[in-house]
Parts: sequence; C-alpha cells; structure tokens
Amino acid sequence: MQDNKHDDEVDKSAHAGVRTPLDHTKTVNKILLLVAGMFCFAFALVPLYDVFCKVTGINGKTNTEAAVYTATDIDETRTITVDFITRTNSGMPWEFTAQTRKIDVHPGQMNEVAFYVRNPTNRDIIAQAVPSVSPGTAALYLNKTECFCFQHQPLKAGEEALMPMVFYVDPQLPEDITFFTLQYTLYDITRTVDKDTVDVAMN
Amino acid sequence: MVSTTDTTHSGDRDADTQDHVASDHIDDHHHHEAPYGISRWLLTTNHKDIGTLYLWFAFIMFLVGGAMAMVIRAELFQPGLQIVEPNFFNQMTTVHGLIMVFGAVMPAFTGLANWMIPMMIGAPDMALPRMNNWSFWILPFAFLILLSSLFMEGGGPAFGWTFYAPLSTTYSSDSTALFVFSVHIMGISSIMGAINVIVTIFNMRAPGMTYMKMPLFVWTWLITAFLLIAVMPVLAAAVTMVLTDKFFGTSFFDAAGGGDPVLFQHIFWFFGHPEVYIMILPAFGIISQIVPTFSRKKLFGYASMVYATGAIALLSFIVWGHHMFTTGMPVEYEIFFMFATMLVSVPTGVKVFNWVATMWRGSISFEIPMMFAIAFIVLFTIGGLSGLMLAIVPADFQYHDTYFVVAHFHYVLVTGAIFSIMAAVYYWLPKWTGKMFDITLAKWHFWCSLVSVNVLFFPMHFVGLAGMPRRIPDYALQFADFNKWISVGGFAFGLSQLIFLALIIKACRHQGESVSSQVWDGAEGLEWEIPSPAPYHTFETPPIVR
Repeated sequence: MQDNKHDDEVDKSAHAGVRTPLDHTKTVNKILLLVAGMFCFAFALVPLYDVFCKVTGINGKTNTEAAVYTATDIDETRTITVDFITRTNSGMPWEFTAQTRKIDVHPGQMNEVAFYVRNPTNRDIIAQAVPSVSPGTAALYLNKTECFCFQHQPLKAGEEALMPMVFYVDPQLPEDITFFTLQYTLYDITRTVDKDTVDVAMN
Repeated sequence: MVSTTDTTHSGDRDADTQDHVASDHIDDHHHHEAPYGISRWLLTTNHKDIGTLYLWFAFIMFLVGGAMAMVIRAELFQPGLQIVEPNFFNQMTTVHGLIMVFGAVMPAFTGLANWMIPMMIGAPDMALPRMNNWSFWILPFAFLILLSSLFMEGGGPAFGWTFYAPLSTTYSSDSTALFVFSVHIMGISSIMGAINVIVTIFNMRAPGMTYMKMPLFVWTWLITAFLLIAVMPVLAAAVTMVLTDKFFGTSFFDAAGGGDPVLFQHIFWFFGHPEVYIMILPAFGIISQIVPTFSRKKLFGYASMVYATGAIALLSFIVWGHHMFTTGMPVEYEIFFMFATMLVSVPTGVKVFNWVATMWRGSISFEIPMMFAIAFIVLFTIGGLSGLMLAIVPADFQYHDTYFVVAHFHYVLVTGAIFSIMAAVYYWLPKWTGKMFDITLAKWHFWCSLVSVNVLFFPMHFVGLAGMPRRIPDYALQFADFNKWISVGGFAFGLSQLIFLALIIKACRHQGESVSSQVWDGAEGLEWEIPSPAPYHTFETPPIVR
C-alpha cells in the first residue's frame, strides 16, 4: 500500500527518467522472456552438442548406424594401426575381450574383427557397448558396416558369444593419423530396458 | 558525478542546507505506522530492511560454511584419517562450497545492492518491493533443505559443489533430490533479485542520473544482474537434468543410454564461469567506490571501468572450456579457450591500473574500508595471476585438481569477494547505523584476518604445485608441515571473524560516536547526502542530479 503511494507521488512529480508501474511490467516481461529463453537454451544444448560433436568429431563418438561400403580404391601405400581396448563399466560382471588386439589396415580395405563376451552370472543381462575413438578426429573416418554396438546385446546366465564388427577406414583420413584406438565400454542396461523388450531379447 | 539534492521539488519548504533538504524527504506524515517485532521483518517491503535481512543471512551462512571449513582443516591438520569419515569429509567440502557461493557471497552482494542502489540513484525503493520480500524469504528455506539433507540416511551431497555427473547421478545418495530443490529455490531467489535490480536501475533513476553518471557499484551490479538472468536458468536446467537422470530414467549424462557425461561439464561451466564473475563484479564496484573516497580524488578512468566490466561479462561466456582442459578436448579448442581466458586479464588489468592510478598522488588516508580495499587490490591480483597460470594449457595439466586451484579461487573469493564485502560493510555501516563502529575492534579484525588468510591460503600454492590433490581427506607425508600451517591459518582466520561479529553486534546496538551525513571526508554521491542513520524512507521526492 505504501508503495502505491510512492508511485502516485512519483507520477505527479512527472520528471523525466521517473516512470510508471506500467513500464515496470514491460521491463519485467522482457527479462522473464530472457529467463525462459535461457532455460530452454540449456536443454537445447543437449541435441546441439550431439550435432556439434558429429560434425567436428571432437568427443570420439562413432556413427550409431551402419555405414554402406562404397567401393573405393584401397590405398596400399598407407598402413594404419588400429588398437582395440575393451572394458566393462563398474558393476557390469561380463567378461569382455577383443579377439584381435591390434590390426594393421589399409584405408578403403574391409576388415572383420570379433569380440568375445561371457555372462558368468546366474542372471540374464542385456548389455550396450559404447564406442570411443582416440584421437577423436579419427572417429569421423572410421566406418562400421556391421557392429554389435548398434544393438542391445542380451546374454542368458552362463552364455557366451562372439560379437563381430566389420569396418573400413575412409581414405580421406588425415595424413598425420597413422594409429588410433577404438575402445568399447560395456554397460549393464537390463534395468533400464523395459520388461517386454527383455523377454523378446532373451527368446 | 557530483550530484546535488535539488530543493525546488519541496516547493513551499525552506531548505538551506543539504541536511534540511534530506529531512524534507523523510517527512513521515503520510505513512502508516510500521509493524514491529517479527512481522516487521517478515512483511517488510522496505529496501533497507530487506538489505539488512540479506546481510545478516549472508553473515550467518558465512559462519556456518566457515564452521564446515574448520572441520575440513581439522581433518587435514595431520595426515591420516582421525576426525571424520571420508564420506562426511566429502559432504563438508561440497556443502562448504555451496553455502559460501550461494549462501554467503551472493546474498551479501544482493543485500548491499538492496541497501545502496536506491540510495545511490535517488530512488525511493526497489522497483518491485513485494517480490523483493519474496526473493529474500525463500532463501532461508533453500538452505534449511540443503542443511537438513546432511542428516538424512546416506548423508547429504558429497559430489563437490560442481556436482559432476555421474557422481551426482549414479553414485549419489537419495538426498540429491533435496540438493536439486534447494538449488532451484536459490536460483529463483537470485533471478528475482536480479530482475529487481535491473528494473530499478532502468526505470527509477533520479532525473539527470544518466547511465554514465551512475556510481560504479550500480554499474557493476547492473551487469552482474544480466549475468544472473543469463546463467541461473542454465544452472536450473542442469540440476533438473541431474534429477531426471537419477530418478526418472533419462540419459542426459549416461553413456549407456546415448548421453555423455562430458556434456554435463559443458553445461555446468557455461553457467559456472559467468557465476564466478557474478561473485567478483560487484566487488570491483565496491572498490571503485572506496578508493576515490579515501584518495580524495575522482576515480581514474570512469568510462574505461564501465567498459572493462562489460568486456569481462561478455568474455565470461566464451571461456568455460578452461575448466575442462583435461577432458580430452582437441588441441585447437584448448588453444582457443586458453587465449580467450588470457584475454580476460586485459580488462581486469585496466581495472587494477585505474585503482592504482586513482591512488597515485591522492591524499590517501588509511581508514578501515581503505585498508580492506588496498588488501583487496594486492591479494586479488595474486589470485588473478595464479588464474593466468591455470589458463595455460600445458601448465594446467599439472595444476588441475590440486591445491593450487584451491589457492587460486580462495584468493579471488576470500581476499577478493569477501574482503570487498567487509570493506563495503565498514564503508557504509556508519550510514546505516548513524554511529561510527568500534575502530579498535575493526583494526584487530583487519590485521588478524590479513595475516591469517595468507597463512591459510598462500602455502596451498606450494602443496598444490608439489601435487597434493584437492577434495581428499588424507595426504602423503611430505605435505604434512605445510598443511599444519594451513590449518593453523584457517583456525585463526575463522576466529578473526568472531571479532567482526562482535563489532557488528555492537554497531547494531547503536553504540559509538554519531557521524555526519557525509561520514567520510572524501565521500561523494547521493547516499552521503541523506542523514546518518539513513531514514526509513529516502528520496520520496527524487533529487535532481546535475
């Protein structure tokens, strides 16, 4: 109540630079718009970040969909060494090893490697493998035509399996890269996959 | 910048001296009787009352957060685990950080803004007084929620104030929900406070108070308010994503579900870096008020100060990556963030230069606020220089997550932000109470704080360079001697603040000598033209600034 009185008084004095409460509302609305915009912007950062990483390849993520092999010339003058590293996330009990630890490839040439997994526990588990390439820029030139990481990998209690991965290195790979590492991390996603999917996967 | 109170608005009244004019403005004839007791404080919409509430709240939180720092330093007094469990130690470092950032430094600046901005621009109150009440009174509940989470099963937040995923998602206790809600409330409070500051400054300046005549404290707060508006919603979004990742099965930061934990760091530091400037820009404003007063000169380079503040604010949005050099970022990005970060030292250097140039050939006197201001300039510059060292990518790989980082941000936040708040309190306290504070106690407070704070934080540089990691309750034997000194400095600094508490209580009881409306010999500006103590209502008729 007191404040209204202030405003009335201020109105009467009618000086330049002193404004009415209506102006306050306008200013407040503009600022609130900015607040809402920034809140949405933070969520927009999530897809923007993915797009940005895909374009620049900065976080070493490879494509999540199979590449189509377009017959290119095999560049036999270059040899690229690819290292495979496997690890399981904490709390993930599977055994997970690369059958091929290291492979020398020519750009453009198709290669097949396999990974061994075993579920030593007495419960059914669904896994998701997440790849990561280092140096990150090499991820843009690693094309996988077939990979276990594109799907969920279910294993019943005590089961074991060989998981194939077919890839070729794009001949456009920058000259300074002669060596890169591909790491797979296995996550236990049984709890996050809904029940029906689990049943389908296990049968 | 010199402003005079115009008498023509009072019309029929005779006013020869400024004091008379000011007392015209405070004529209480048309006001209802103010409520008293607890309801005065609960229901108040008066900017001075709310400013006082904010300042007391900040001080109480400073002591609570300080008590947690004492627990940390007691545990680190010698190597090995002796006083607390590692999980509780982690809760202490986390909640200490959260309380000092969101509970002490930010509310203290908001309190100063509430008290001083209307008085400095000749406005009768803040633009939105009821929202002002609301933005203060939700704050105690935020911290009640945060502190109560410490007593929950599994303990409170233990993932550091930066709540990196997956520490705050996969590996945190259930009390994380309380942490998230309390951060939401703090954010809403800050946003409301910032809206109030912007609207007040935009719409309620006295006639003739153009933007380039505004005192620098007002300018720096205006820019700070915009930073708050821009980044507090981002923090709110970040904690919301943590909440849904932890409790509702989303995968924003979970690689197994297609998310990315590094994305958390990008979002957090996009908020976090402007946030640290939110905690230092008002400090720059305070120092720019105090140094000219006690040098009896105008501030050197007023316009460059304004532009430098704006430049720092803009740069704060493009340097967040320097917190993440070791996350495997490609070298091009590291170089970009390194140079952008180093660029910040240019406008900051302009500020330090201007303060020194203001003092140059001034008639300096060393009253308590000036002593704190000079300590600020020297010690903040030390913190700035260690920041420059951390900006260098190859060096940062060595310094990252060590006590060197702890030393850096405590120099800029304790001897920077908090010293400036203390300087501001000593500078304006006589205006608030009408009495000079106890100068002997103030000198004890200053010298004890100055010595102990350096014993506390300076050796952290050495143990950090030698490789002692931060956020660890135990350490290798070779760090034992330095840590003993650091802890002794910590206890001494903590105790020194009790002198400050005694001084403030004494001042609130209105003991001491009465002061004039100008208080300090060289003080200029509208706030020094109203009587001391500042009456409950000021500038109900706006002054004219020439």
